[in-house]
Amino acid sequence: MKRAFNLRYSLRRFPFWSWLWFILGALYFILPLYATLDFSLRMKRGVISLQAYSSAFSDPQFFQTFLFSNLMALATIFISLVLIVPTCYWIRLRVPAARRIVEFITLMPFVIPAIILVFGLIAIYGAPINIPFTSINLLAPLTESDLGTNLLLAAGYIVLAMPYMYRAVDTGLQAMNMRALTEAAQSLGANWFTIMIRVIFPNLRSALLSGALLTFAIVVGEVTISSFLNRPAFGPYLWLLGQHRSYEPAALAFFSFLLTWAAMGLIQLVSGGQGQVSGAH
Amino acid sequence: MTAAASATQIVKPRQPGFIVWLGLIPFFLFAVLFLFLPSASLFIGSLTDNAGHFSLVHFYELFAAPDILNAYWLSISISAVTAIGGGIFGFLLAYSVTVGGLPKALRPALITFSGVASNFAGVPLAFAFVATVGRTGLVTALLKSVFGINIYNSGFNLYSFAGLSVTYMYFQFPLMVLIMAPALDGLRREWREAAENLGANSTQYWWKVGLPILLPSILGTMILLFGNAFGAYATAYALTGGALPIITIQIGAEIRGDVLHNVGLGYAMAFGMVIIMAISLIGYSMLQRMTERWIR
Repeated sequence: MKRAFNLRYSLRRFPFWSWLWFILGALYFILPLYATLDFSLRMKRGVISLQAYSSAFSDPQFFQTFLFSNLMALATIFISLVLIVPTCYWIRLRVPAARRIVEFITLMPFVIPAIILVFGLIAIYGAPINIPFTSINLLAPLTESDLGTNLLLAAGYIVLAMPYMYRAVDTGLQAMNMRALTEAAQSLGANWFTIMIRVIFPNLRSALLSGALLTFAIVVGEVTISSFLNRPAFGPYLWLLGQHRSYEPAALAFFSFLLTWAAMGLIQLVSGGQGQVSGAH
Repeated sequence: MTAAASATQIVKPRQPGFIVWLGLIPFFLFAVLFLFLPSASLFIGSLTDNAGHFSLVHFYELFAAPDILNAYWLSISISAVTAIGGGIFGFLLAYSVTVGGLPKALRPALITFSGVASNFAGVPLAFAFVATVGRTGLVTALLKSVFGINIYNSGFNLYSFAGLSVTYMYFQFPLMVLIMAPALDGLRREWREAAENLGANSTQYWWKVGLPILLPSILGTMILLFGNAFGAYATAYALTGGALPIITIQIGAEIRGDVLHNVGLGYAMAFGMVIIMAISLIGYSMLQRMTERWIR
């Protein structure tokens, strides 16, 4: 009995299986990244060099598409915030009855994958929109102008990011005492706009930053919607580059990984490492 | 207290109930324009024949086309394999850093890495796997030179079912880790102590207490992984260039207009996907409710 106990104790001191799973997992994580990095450094035969990176970054197309995707990310984040924060706030404050339906809507993007969403967007906005049952033209096809297509792209991205953004904002509002803050601001004579800009947004900043960074991570490398809408975004550019080059795409793939990493690292930082609290006590 | 009461009166002026709903108009308008109308147009399009009348003809066509049914089946198989495989492996990883007795410092590292990996998909992921287990990939070369095994001679091919599954796993199991780690924290120490006091060993504890409690959560998360893989398009397209005809690739080809020349059938294919996704999400939420009985 005592031996068995000692054996069990020593097994617990060295968790063999746990280490095995962890090491396997770490290999799975790291090997593809290492392989990409290794490959990207071998553009010059026989030496390790950053030539693939300098070649990739000096392509003007890279700069244009990357800038375009970043601007789209900014637009997406801005519109998402303007749309979701007041909605979420208003629901919590005044219309709790709307909560379930809005939550349901924010979960819909999980059921409608990007490829279906863009299919539907093209189906609707790729044709002129008439007043129902007449042939009076209300709106020319949005896909015919750059501005209209960009608008569709941003809308698609907002939908993709909605589940994450909504949840981030909702959790943030739950954590702050918004009712008391609203009451305090109102008794000082603030109007709704002031409350939003000077009370709610500043108090939500870590939640908003998390949501924004996640949106950024989703949008910058996105391919499906941008390629079907024919937008000059970074994802389709990278895909095209992969068709006729080999080292530069690897360099840019590693670069995208670093970007995702930076975004996720910042989320951990601003949320105070939410993933780690509540450890086994 | 009285101050709070009077403040509440400021916040709640007497307004009819429906007025407050007006504040939600922008959100609902957005949802209608960019979520409901697009989905509805696919739905209506799939139920309309080429002359514009209501008909189920596209669904007949769907079930009569072996190519399309095979594409669904291929998507379902890949999603199921990567959901189950990623689910099991992700669970073991989450176990190892939560209750598995590894140093505490490894947990934040794994969680952060999982957050990154679960968001690292699409074209860069495909390139990374080409550099790893492609024909001239690092691991392929390593296995050849060190162990003398050529995985491409033993039937492996990155641009096939197995290859796509291996690639999908990269974003599948991190998601499992992210969801299961908090669930494993929810297992109370008292339950384990009670089991041990009754003479249970570690295996018995896991089979009779731990896993049954976690089972709905494990299955629910696997369903989530299923949906995650089922809707994926970019990774598969970047990796196989459309050579592996999963359903999203087929729909993509349909949107580009280079295969069927039958838009209604394309709508029906899309609608079929939405139904499968909806069924899995309903399954997920039901299992989630079962989990909440034990773990909050």
